[in-house]
Amino acid sequence: MEIVTRPHGRNLIEWARDKPRVVVLSADLTGSCEVDTFRDTYPSRFISAGIAEQNMMSVSAGMAREGFIPFVHTFAVFIYRRAYDQVAMSIAYSNLPVKMFGFLPGVMTPGGATHQALEDIAIMRSLPNMTVIDTADATEIETMLDPIMAVDGPVYVRMLRGDVPRLFDKKEPFELSVNRTLSTGSDIMVVSCGICTEESIRAVAALRSRGVSVGHIHVSTLKPFNAADILEAVSASKYGVITVENHTTIGGLGTIVSEAMAENGMAKKIEKLGLQDKFAHGASKRCLMKEYGFDAPSIVAAFEKLSGSMTGISEEELKAVEIKPVHSPLKAEDL
Amino acid sequence: MSSNWHDDAKRVAAGIRRRVLEHTINNNGGYLSQACSSAEILAALYTGIMNLGKPSTPLIPKPFPGVPGPYNKEYFTGGEFNGPHTPEYDRFILSPSQYALVLYACLIETGRMDESGLKQFNKDGSSVEMIGAEHSPGMEVTNGSLGQALSQAAGIALAKKMKKEAGHIWVFMSDGELQIGQTWEAFQFMVYHRLDNMTVYVDVNGYQCDGKMTSVMSIEPAEKRFESFGCTVTRINGHDLNAIEAAAAAPHTDRPLVVLCDTNPCEGLPLLKIKAPKFHYLRMKNEEEHRLFAEALNNMKGLPGGTAGGI
Repeated sequence: MEIVTRPHGRNLIEWARDKPRVVVLSADLTGSCEVDTFRDTYPSRFISAGIAEQNMMSVSAGMAREGFIPFVHTFAVFIYRRAYDQVAMSIAYSNLPVKMFGFLPGVMTPGGATHQALEDIAIMRSLPNMTVIDTADATEIETMLDPIMAVDGPVYVRMLRGDVPRLFDKKEPFELSVNRTLSTGSDIMVVSCGICTEESIRAVAALRSRGVSVGHIHVSTLKPFNAADILEAVSASKYGVITVENHTTIGGLGTIVSEAMAENGMAKKIEKLGLQDKFAHGASKRCLMKEYGFDAPSIVAAFEKLSGSMTGISEEELKAVEIKPVHSPLKAEDL
Repeated sequence: MSSNWHDDAKRVAAGIRRRVLEHTINNNGGYLSQACSSAEILAALYTGIMNLGKPSTPLIPKPFPGVPGPYNKEYFTGGEFNGPHTPEYDRFILSPSQYALVLYACLIETGRMDESGLKQFNKDGSSVEMIGAEHSPGMEVTNGSLGQALSQAAGIALAKKMKKEAGHIWVFMSDGELQIGQTWEAFQFMVYHRLDNMTVYVDVNGYQCDGKMTSVMSIEPAEKRFESFGCTVTRINGHDLNAIEAAAAAPHTDRPLVVLCDTNPCEGLPLLKIKAPKFHYLRMKNEEEHRLFAEALNNMKGLPGGTAGGI
């Protein structure tokens, strides 16, 4: 599996070169959000706001009113928790084109509860006018800026930093509200977003090696949510659907899929993996995904629960799954 | 010192008080103390200090256009009543939207809104909202949740600097907003980014929703706080047009200018003192109060200059 270092920070420099209206705002987390190079390359387009996120969100709204496209960078929690009223009333209400990049989604930080954005999808998707994206890999990060610029309104992105895997072929760019079908199958459907897609790819491969027919769809746009392909796949799934998210299961991907199923009268079981109405704590991503039950073994266990049959898949086996960039459902079948 | 616009400003200030009082009587409710405290500040800004273009919208407010959104192409900004947002013109940002009624009265008195607009106040389907939003006449930001307008104004000011546009940003604030954390985040930002294209007039009337500010949360010594934040600050009698005018001309290179206007919530309407300390939103308690305020309105209409505007 290819690992890309600082995909957002590097991509933004090139992408923003011919876009003078794009300005970056940062609240003392400039290096931590990979915009230090932007600051040094385009100093006149970099606005340091200090540790004062409420002001930063409203300032960005004011700049957007004057024709700039503010790219706000900070940790996710300081966008939707610290400055929610400002996001709602200065930005979302007015439908201003402020693009917010929230770093450290879910358990991506050992920084503990204060730094872990666990309920941001639930909160941001309930805001009118808001678009919500959860990134999973380097290809999405490198190809999402044009699509989110095209959104007439604010966008909230759960952004990854540092060493990021490439799960999707570079030739298949991010498209707003378009899900990726990674495999098709008739026994069980797995629907995942963000970092849980890598985990799901491992679990799906192991299950398929046991002869289980597994479908897998990756969702990157949580809102506006496109349910059509998921509903079609779930309707053909014998045991129902497993959703996997780096987020509380209240209000996130699991809820979104449940709502779509209920609205369409679809009577299938759903297992929602993610944080089960609990805060997390300071520990590694690997540890927390296991503890809170949304790693690859948890996905296998969820299948076993829904199907009532044991697979005998071991943790070692899941770790050993080789991951290659996926560019079509057929390729995924080979995993 | 007296500029030729002072007579006009006095007429406008009297008109603001008169219209808000009449509205308060007719509707048994209104933001009356705010009109009394801020009348001269708003009148001076609109008649003599700000460089605004002519309204770029019909003077009769259009109906509520629906909330903003990507699907709503009919949405408009209430800022159009303050003229076009072109580079050379100034901008006015009303921070406490609770002053909406006062601003509407000011717009009428300065010929920027038809007086029939006030009849739409707080009516279903009207853009002339009680606590105005950005589609309400004279407003371009939504600041019913206090403390956000100043930061937005700072964003506008910074953007105009980056675009090298001349227009100045005038913000009207209430003293209660000095209790809010975001307000000080905003001043910190304005000073750090040298936003000397901003001037903030603060109506220091000393009262807030719960009553006298000193019984709720003190903001004093306000001017020392602003000085220590790096603002250029001046403190004046907010009913003195000479002082309001002189303050606007204070040099403030590289710094935002703050004008603390000490005001009286009962200025021009001494009767209002009977409601102390509950000035935030005035209701007549009984028939007797109603009669007294109606009498005060009649007196006001008899004052010199008090008949302008056709009431």
